[in-house]
Amino acid sequence: MRRLNFADAINECLDQEMARDPSVFVYGIGVPDFKGIFGTTVGLAEKYGPNRCFDTPLAEDSMTGFALGAALKGMRPVHTHIRADFLLLTLNQIVNMISCHNYMTGGHTAVPLVVRAIIGRGWGQGAQHSKSLFSYFTHIPGLKVVAPATPRDGKGLLAAAIRDNNPVVFLEHRWLHWIEGEVPEESYEIPLGVAQIMRPGSDLTLVATSWMVIEAVHAGKILADSGINVEIIDPRTLAPMDMDPILASVRKTGRLLIADYDWLNSGLSAEIAANVGAACFGTLKQPIERIGFAPTPCPTVRTLENHFYPNAETIIRTVEKMLGRPPMDLTGVDFFSHERRFRGPL
Amino acid sequence: MLNTNERLKRLIYQTLLIRRVEERVIELYPSDKIQSPVHLSIGQEPVAVGLCESMSPKDVLFTTYRGHAYYIAKGGKLPELMAELYGRKGGVSGGKAGSMHLAAPEVGMMGSSAVVASTIPHGVGAALAAKLQGTKQAVITIFGDGAIEEGVYHESMNFAVLHKLPVLFVCENNALAVHTSLAQRQAFDIVQHAKSYGINTTVIEDGNDLIKVGDIAAKLLESLRAGGGPEWLMVKTYRYKEHVGPGDDFDAGYRSRSDMEKWLATDPLYKYPEIVKEMEADVKTEIDRAVAFAEASPLPTRADLLTDVE
Repeated sequence: MRRLNFADAINECLDQEMARDPSVFVYGIGVPDFKGIFGTTVGLAEKYGPNRCFDTPLAEDSMTGFALGAALKGMRPVHTHIRADFLLLTLNQIVNMISCHNYMTGGHTAVPLVVRAIIGRGWGQGAQHSKSLFSYFTHIPGLKVVAPATPRDGKGLLAAAIRDNNPVVFLEHRWLHWIEGEVPEESYEIPLGVAQIMRPGSDLTLVATSWMVIEAVHAGKILADSGINVEIIDPRTLAPMDMDPILASVRKTGRLLIADYDWLNSGLSAEIAANVGAACFGTLKQPIERIGFAPTPCPTVRTLENHFYPNAETIIRTVEKMLGRPPMDLTGVDFFSHERRFRGPL
Repeated sequence: MLNTNERLKRLIYQTLLIRRVEERVIELYPSDKIQSPVHLSIGQEPVAVGLCESMSPKDVLFTTYRGHAYYIAKGGKLPELMAELYGRKGGVSGGKAGSMHLAAPEVGMMGSSAVVASTIPHGVGAALAAKLQGTKQAVITIFGDGAIEEGVYHESMNFAVLHKLPVLFVCENNALAVHTSLAQRQAFDIVQHAKSYGINTTVIEDGNDLIKVGDIAAKLLESLRAGGGPEWLMVKTYRYKEHVGPGDDFDAGYRSRSDMEKWLATDPLYKYPEIVKEMEADVKTEIDRAVAFAEASPLPTRADLLTDVE
């Protein structure tokens, strides 16, 4: 099948959705500029004109409320933010207005809109350009939250998000944009709320979100070489969470490790753990373990970032500990190839 | 075309209906049948009536938590309003809106919010939709003088002017934000400030002048439909009752009864007592029916709690 990187897959999805449905429009700070949000919005303004793909003033609050007004009049806005941290400027609209509008009107007003935002590590991004904010949004009834990890999922889930009649927060890790994978050329949907098993295994269940899926798959290969078979599950949609495959897996393995790309406190990992604890109490062979960001603001310098962010090595060491295995020799394994791709501000 | 007298009568009827609905709410309030806090429109009804006069159901309006007047003036059904205030299944939103989140999208009353200024950008987004869809629909977004202090007001004005969107910004200026006067809150002149965005501004000093509000709104809406870009209108008005709740609060110390008396002089319901008298019976019948509908409607159940989230 044709291979594409994640950024081009997102771009192709937006292009196909705008071609398919004239009510879809794409906007946000920097959306039509020459960089086009890591390449994901490149060419759309040229093809569909300034009425359907446009830049905005630096006004996240109003530009989010604007999406609600347009959605109520039958449009399907896709509002894009180059950093998820800027979503904190939109919370009144997302949480007080958008998430509950349909409920407040007794189901009379669908709000079909997508808020896309880029999350995660780059190069020296520090405390204000690096957040994931998963549980900020998964906490709120009425919002769907999606965090794809492969180009195929990125394209299919974004199409489903745009066609959904509910507000959807769509969070893309920036490093995913250069990851390549098989992507069908035609337009397709991957349904929201359906998890995916990335690797089958019987020794331990590993649930990973967003970029941690990439790290988990890397770790899973190394663990398999030493005879440890972890079952890796990517929920893909964080709300509503597809718990059934996770519960089925834990019933099989008796062990659960959650590798969330976010802080642990009051986070999505705690929610998954609570659900598994309630449903699989009798079958768990040991306490559930969680991996996530260090409990600090994100530091800027790379040496500190390397301690702040978990990666494949963190996963391997935690799995070994859970299974009572001695630490394997990881000399020569490269755990920081993505980090080193940054040589300056990108 | 209605002659002037017929037109005035129609506007007065609407104003009276809203006033008497609000007074019925006050009467019912001690019974605890009304299931949400109420921000009554009494004193401000002529603004809503005048603004909505020339709006078709396809023209859309976003407003505030002081929204009963707009719901009625825009054509929302009265029994469903009363049932909503009662929190009943037959309410316009089945008891999930109450007083503060009224909406009747089928007549273009798109929503109202309890968070000041939050619906201003909704009007701007709806105006973009109207422009892209080529529907020639006009949009009004209503806010109070307090909302002008919020950043989202400024963001919304900038974008609407920049993109020439068909939205009428209406500042319903009662010179109070809860219990704080405008002079205690604002360092700038609202109108001069609005002008700095390059938007046409209009000010109506007497929001009780039904004909004037109606005429000016009609002219501004026509300009929007013709593609003339956004317009800005301030209508001065006065809230007779407390910020929230059914009572008077002239003894609270933040305003005086004489402030209200100035407005009573032009209040159309006092100015045209003969016309009002003729209409009282019909208005009462209409409200009695609405209350009876609300009383007869069942309360929602646990199953209703879980619907409409998505």
